[in-house]
Amino acid sequence: MIDTVIGVMWIVGSAFALLAAVGVLRMPDVFTRMQASTKASTLGVGCLVIGAALLLGDAASAIRLLSIGGFLLLTTPVSAHVIARGSYRAGVPLWDGTVLDERRRDLESAASRT
Amino acid sequence: MIEFSTQFALVTLAVALLIAVLRLVKGPTLPDRVVAMDLIGVLVVGLIVVLAASTGVRATLDAAIVIALVAFVATVAYGTYVERGHPE
Repeated sequence: MIDTVIGVMWIVGSAFALLAAVGVLRMPDVFTRMQASTKASTLGVGCLVIGAALLLGDAASAIRLLSIGGFLLLTTPVSAHVIARGSYRAGVPLWDGTVLDERRRDLESAASRT
Repeated sequence: MIEFSTQFALVTLAVALLIAVLRLVKGPTLPDRVVAMDLIGVLVVGLIVVLAASTGVRATLDAAIVIALVAFVATVAYGTYVERGHPE
């Protein structure tokens, strides 16, 4: 029973990790790539960590693995935010099919008001 | 079930690492390469976790913690470097 749970966790987690890599390869600009890699890789490594904690089964390894998972959950959004803000301010071009750019709209409306 | 899922996870993570390295080589701007390097760090953490659990060598989990920490600090440092105006 627990072997089945571990196997499903590992298959689902590695499949999400592969999806993150495919998203990084196929998405059209920096911002879409960043969000694909962030969300899918966090979920994938989280599933892998839960499966490994179930397989190893002692308290010391479980604490280490859960601290890895919690640390990834805390830090991945922060690093994605830093990359997105830095590349937008450095002037990296958005994809041609981008529908909404709220920051540019706010800057233009503030410039036209003054 | 455990053997098959271990093999599947290792092969899939290796293919994902290869694809991320491809984006690291191709990436037209520096932020693309930073994103690919961040993803490589996370994937290596997952690979180490699966290897440690399947072989039973628990000492490598500390290496996974250290790699996660260093990858986060490196990504934040590169993000601030890009923000100061070095997009290439």
